[in-house]
Amino acid sequence: MLLAAGPSCYSQSVNSWFCWQYVHDYSSDIQRAFVQHVELAALILGISIVISLPLALLALRTRFLRSTILSLLGFIYTIPSLALFVLLQPVFGVTHATPVVVALVGYAQLLLVRNVLVGLEEVPAEVLEAARGTGYGAVRLLLRIRIPIALPAILAGIRLTTVSTISLLSVGGLIQQGGLGQLILNGQQRDIRAQVVTGIIIIVALALVADLVLLLAQRLATPWTRMGT
Amino acid sequence: MDLVRGALSYLGDGANWHGYDGILPLTWSHVKITLLAVLLAAVIGLAVGILLGQARRGGGLVTALANLSRAVPVLGLLALLASNASLGVTATTAILALAVFAVAPILTNSYTGMITVDRETVEAASGLGMSTRQVLLGVKLPLALPLIAAGLRTALLQTFATATIASFVGGETLGNLINDGQSTQRYDQVLAGAICIAVIAIVLDLLLGGAQALVTPGSRGARWRRVISRSSETLDAPSGRLTEHAGESPSDTRDLSGHGTQRTGIS
Repeated sequence: MLLAAGPSCYSQSVNSWFCWQYVHDYSSDIQRAFVQHVELAALILGISIVISLPLALLALRTRFLRSTILSLLGFIYTIPSLALFVLLQPVFGVTHATPVVVALVGYAQLLLVRNVLVGLEEVPAEVLEAARGTGYGAVRLLLRIRIPIALPAILAGIRLTTVSTISLLSVGGLIQQGGLGQLILNGQQRDIRAQVVTGIIIIVALALVADLVLLLAQRLATPWTRMGT
Repeated sequence: MDLVRGALSYLGDGANWHGYDGILPLTWSHVKITLLAVLLAAVIGLAVGILLGQARRGGGLVTALANLSRAVPVLGLLALLASNASLGVTATTAILALAVFAVAPILTNSYTGMITVDRETVEAASGLGMSTRQVLLGVKLPLALPLIAAGLRTALLQTFATATIASFVGGETLGNLINDGQSTQRYDQVLAGAICIAVIAIVLDLLLGGAQALVTPGSRGARWRRVISRSSETLDAPSGRLTEHAGESPSDTRDLSGHGTQRTGIS
């Protein structure tokens, strides 16, 4: 080689904050962390959404249930994430991501249940009466009337939860279960700045893209909310 | 369950409470780091939030800040600051990173508190001949106080929680028990640390809830419920869903459901 290549931009002597050479050389590591992050986030969101609807319906039954459920969820939300991960490890094991998934599903419930509640409570009593009067059963009422009317609030809750889950998931890196969080930590430990910055950029981009996709889905699913604006 | 027993006996051993990695010194330094970070954030957050709220400007900026602070991972910012040679792995790094994150809830809540003060009340006050300054200090700020207090509560709790993570960038906090325990494979210590952190966080939440209730108008029952259940408006203000326990206190100025419910998160 005639031109001796200088030290790469992520070597200790240069250590740039961002470096394409790093992204290129470590693309398989980055990809693995990214895929794990997305998979875990999707799993957490899927489980959270499935649990939150019955929980919200239960909370809607009586004032007592409502305040009990919300207090309990608030209680979970108060426990710092790293502590909750560790507290769940004796129950769910140390070697896999289950404690992280369970903890983040727990946090997500407060955000989701509260928004679903707001949405369901927005359904006007007259509408419910009219539907019952025309012979709607409980299930059909829920699926055809209550959930569609509550949909904007529910989707707003899902967006909020998605962004916070993607970001919070990185803390799992501290117990070796965190996708991109682990990439960031590893970069900090090895003092490769480009790795830290790349990890952060991907997480923020992932959160923004997910939010945008959900916003579009929300617009498509609830065209009536834009009428008159 | 051996692990749980191990953690309990770790907590039961008085020797673990003092000295290097002792629970008491770590708790003290954890609280100190939290308070310093929130103090720093409060100076900036309150000043900017109240100024913008008074001017009724910068709503888009405040929303963007709230959303960005939710998307940027705390862990990432901690690692980023620690990678900066001039800061490195020190307590200062931890405090700075924590302060950056604590600004968002304080700023957004004080801003929201200011702009949601009833316009007619403000007009009535000026009509009585109060100066702008008097309206700000005597009317707007007292009315915005419940939301400002809610923001400070969120900031304190969030910072306490994040300080746990900050131990890996040089903050001497209870997170040390978890980090050091993991590297020395003392899992009783790891679990004991997690128990301490969770218990203190919950106690802190209740204390702050009590303090918040003192500055918040409302019936005794409603107040108590607020102490127990986290006030929701602080979690996602001001980007939309600002309904806090809708229906509990219809006249409450903090119930912003009127213009909040149909809006979506990020706009």
